Amino acid sequence: MSPAAARKIEARHRPMVEVRHLSKIYAGGVEALNAISVDFPEGQLTSLLGPSGCGKTTLLKIIAGLIPATSGEVMVDGRPVTGPGPERAFVFQDFALMPWANVLRNVAFGLELKGVAQSEREAVAEKHIASVGLGGFEHAFPHELSGGMRQRVGLARALAVNAKVLLMDEPFSAVDEQTRRKFQEDLLELIAREHKTFLFVTHSIEEAVYVSDRIVILSKRPSQVSAIVEPEIGRGRDPDQIRRDSAYLDTVETIWQSLKRYLD
Amino acid sequence: MTIGNIRLPIMTSLIIWAILWEIVGRSGASFVIPPLSGIFARIVEIVPTPSFGEALWITGKAFVIGNVIAVLFGIPLGVLMGRSHIADRIFLPWVNLFLSAPLSALVPIIMVIFGAGQTTIIFTVVLFAIWIIVLDARAGVRSITPSLVEMALSFGATPWQAFSRIYVWAALPEILSGIRLGLIRAVKGVVIGQMLVSIIGFGRLFELYSSRFLMEHFWALLFVLFAFAFAINEALTWLERRFEYFASSRN
Repeated sequence: MSPAAARKIEARHRPMVEVRHLSKIYAGGVEALNAISVDFPEGQLTSLLGPSGCGKTTLLKIIAGLIPATSGEVMVDGRPVTGPGPERAFVFQDFALMPWANVLRNVAFGLELKGVAQSEREAVAEKHIASVGLGGFEHAFPHELSGGMRQRVGLARALAVNAKVLLMDEPFSAVDEQTRRKFQEDLLELIAREHKTFLFVTHSIEEAVYVSDRIVILSKRPSQVSAIVEPEIGRGRDPDQIRRDSAYLDTVETIWQSLKRYLD
Repeated sequence: MTIGNIRLPIMTSLIIWAILWEIVGRSGASFVIPPLSGIFARIVEIVPTPSFGEALWITGKAFVIGNVIAVLFGIPLGVLMGRSHIADRIFLPWVNLFLSAPLSALVPIIMVIFGAGQTTIIFTVVLFAIWIIVLDARAGVRSITPSLVEMALSFGATPWQAFSRIYVWAALPEILSGIRLGLIRAVKGVVIGQMLVSIIGFGRLFELYSSRFLMEHFWALLFVLFAFAFAINEALTWLERRFEYFASSRN
């Protein structure tokens, strides 16, 4: 990887999520993560990118507190992770919506579990449903929505609990290409609007470069951090212009060159 | 159904069999088979009587209480077995054993323990109904998308919240068919229990009618029970269909 195009940069921002010497060995002996250490700066979107099956999702789920690490530790906002917590919210690859509940109840579910009164949690949910562009669909059921709309519900649900950290596990991989592009643009808007820390797992290099402030590239299993890239792409421009921008294209190419060697 | 160009009404085969029964009954071939018309006349006659009302009340009570117990214990046990390998290892052999065992043979033992009364009947109903409910709830929970469970956990669901707001709902199609099959088995349970105890409810009436060779009465009672079991099945099937839409959209 050429140092000109991809620089390993010390975090300028305070780390919101710190991963220290994290290892994960699954029952059966599959070693997913090998003493991985990485920081995720506050208020930024950091992507985890790597060859398929490299343990990106495993790392994200350990940070979420959904699966235990074999060794090492994760700190979120200075506190060690022992399980799921209210400062983190997860957006699932397959949306994980309750098919028996309408959009309103799905979005309000995190608040429902916390025991927030119905009128209050529905008011909060309505606000976030509108903010992801689903106003008017409050009483629709998931099976009546398209894949893209379902993931907007998943996103609104994660936003409704007002967590500091949003963990997104390949959120756009199950939606079609056009929807995905629109989604990526909406995500950038969301990052600019909400001061939250985003951790984003993706297998798409273009997507990572387009939406990320920082890209953590993982090696093949058992994963270690192979490189950290900070795409120098001017935000706030026309999306089509960015996608043709030479800095954007160069970064995509550099990452592709570094990942290519993991293909067999 | 059509034969040639003639469209036959849905109940045609039923009507043919009813006519055949009537002919056999009227021919006096066997006292066990009285004419169908006589049986229906008898239904109209005995249904309003106090002894029938009392039997229905007692039977209905045992049936409802037994099923409520079977559902309240069966669903949590099934969910537990679906979630925990240890619980599954411990209980599954027993559930399978009881599901296929000739449970009627156990009723005399229950009678020794609880006496020849309503408690025995209720226990018999539970014994007949619970196993299929457990097994179907287990199957339902095992088919839940893992991410739905992770979703609940990531938002901080307690085990009780996960059970009552995710597992039961996500497994609802299977749980409902378990309950439907359980209710049908419970009809058998309540009748077999009462016939073996033979001093209460429909069991007492069956005993009374058959010992006095009141075949019309006997058949009339049987028809009422058949209709009852059929109605339960239809009602639950209808309910199941209402929830089927999300069984297919769970994944």
